[in-house]
Amino acid sequence: MPIFNKPAFKGSGEKKRDMPEGLWQKCSGCGEVIHELELKKNLRVCPQCNFHFTLNSQERIESITDPGTFEETEKKIKSVDALEFKGYKDKLIKYQKITGLQEAIVTGRAKIIGHSVVLGVMDFRFLGASMGSVVGEKITRAIELATEEKSAIIIVSASGGARMHEGILSLMQMAKTSGALALLDRAGLPFISVLTHPTTGGVTASFATLGDIILAEPGCMIGFAGPRVIKETTHQDLPDGFQTAEFMHEHGLVDIIVERRELREKLASILGYLLT
Amino acid sequence: MGTKKTPKKKISPKKKYAISSWKRVEIARHPRRPMMLDYVASCFDDFIELHGDRHIGDDGAMPAGLIRVDGIKCVVIGHEKGRGTDEKLKRNFGSAGPEGYRKALRMMKIAEKFKLPVISIIDTPGAYPGVEAEERNIAESIAYNLREMMLLRTQIIAIVIGEGGSGGALGIGVADRVMMMENSYYSVISPEGCAAILWKDRKYAPDAANAMRLDAKNLKRLGIIDRIIREPSKGAHTNPSLASKNLKDSILDGIKELSSVPIDQLLEQRYKKYRAMGEFIG
Ligand SMILES: [Zn+2]
Repeated sequence: MPIFNKPAFKGSGEKKRDMPEGLWQKCSGCGEVIHELELKKNLRVCPQCNFHFTLNSQERIESITDPGTFEETEKKIKSVDALEFKGYKDKLIKYQKITGLQEAIVTGRAKIIGHSVVLGVMDFRFLGASMGSVVGEKITRAIELATEEKSAIIIVSASGGARMHEGILSLMQMAKTSGALALLDRAGLPFISVLTHPTTGGVTASFATLGDIILAEPGCMIGFAGPRVIKETTHQDLPDGFQTAEFMHEHGLVDIIVERRELREKLASILGYLLT
Repeated sequence: MGTKKTPKKKISPKKKYAISSWKRVEIARHPRRPMMLDYVASCFDDFIELHGDRHIGDDGAMPAGLIRVDGIKCVVIGHEKGRGTDEKLKRNFGSAGPEGYRKALRMMKIAEKFKLPVISIIDTPGAYPGVEAEERNIAESIAYNLREMMLLRTQIIAIVIGEGGSGGALGIGVADRVMMMENSYYSVISPEGCAAILWKDRKYAPDAANAMRLDAKNLKRLGIIDRIIREPSKGAHTNPSLASKNLKDSILDGIKELSSVPIDQLLEQRYKKYRAMGEFIG
């Protein structure tokens, strides 16, 4: 089965998904046409071929937390166009409208089968969940909150990488988030990093790969450099399944590949070991 | 938004700036520009090069070892691009892989153990985008350095001498003092990469360089770097010994300033500095 040709979100834009009845989705894995309701019931995993469609942050939060336990934090923090980068302000407004979110990550406190955690979930719909100042700051605050409350932190990543429109400020978010994780680490608290489609660039090269435990969804893309850049720079042939969760599992980055329907329980059982 | 399409007034200074900003990138990439090992030879004494990451191999793009600066014992790490075809290939054009970042960290741990300041010399177009690099988790090797450098219990001085290419630069760039040579650049993505993604053509690289404000002056203004090191007026390559002297003086100043700060205080300052980076409301 083709593992990831195109990010699944492309075929499932918000407008379509918000329509009530009678909507059919084509699976990018097997081409099967699936009813929206069936897909929803199945956590947006194809019942035929197990292709994992991209989840937005709200769907993700609902899929792993105990009902009614999620309390959002840092809702008010907003991006600014610090470099006066052409077109950036308009982009921010556009994606705020499309997603109803302020930025590309949602953070908060939650319970996962009774375990208290701090949770961050990136939302790929928002400018490819690229990491600018706000994403970096919210992640850092979430890590600091976990450190302060002696709780675990879980971050579900999906990102195109750094946000070019914020230039060097976005690069420095890599240092900032990783630094906050250094303090969490020294405090003996757990960080479980969950990689989903796609986790790339500066996010992969910072907090996302610093989990004590790294989980990944089947078939998701995980990489540092983009496949096209690698091809153009090195003229190498890319091996089959290059930069998939399975590939990175084989090469020692990913601890466990976890099916979406099992993620909640897997997180809870791991937390059972790591939290006192 | 506010910057819709305002007439001439804005266009001309921007254009002018685009040229000068791009020029810095061009000077930073000048083939005769002094490279890491040139400065190691000219600024430092008694270089003992150390090799290997203890796991996979030795990355020629990331030389490292023990050196003295005016008699002060230090550890040096950095990117070397190499000059001439053979040397360039050996150095992989200054693009280090995971072995390089892991070797650098190994050297930094030596510095921590023996209480030696770390001098990190940055000059890379970016970390190596290759199949083997991905297989050996280059992203993790950079991420791990970022985390460990934040709490490394010794002084760290980082200097961008030419190209500060993205995560590949930052992967050895978390420091108490970050300096840039006047004609170096430091950027989240190469101007060509940015142009290709945003405007579908690498030929807009000069505009991308301008938009990202990747030169030393802008980065100092943004609070990302601490010091700009003066170069001879037409670039370091026109008078390498003067460039070298300025670099050495700046490093010595840095070591002097930092060595009087108690280590716990130093780490607190380092953390706070990076903690404050980013601009937003709320
Ligand atoms: Zn399917």
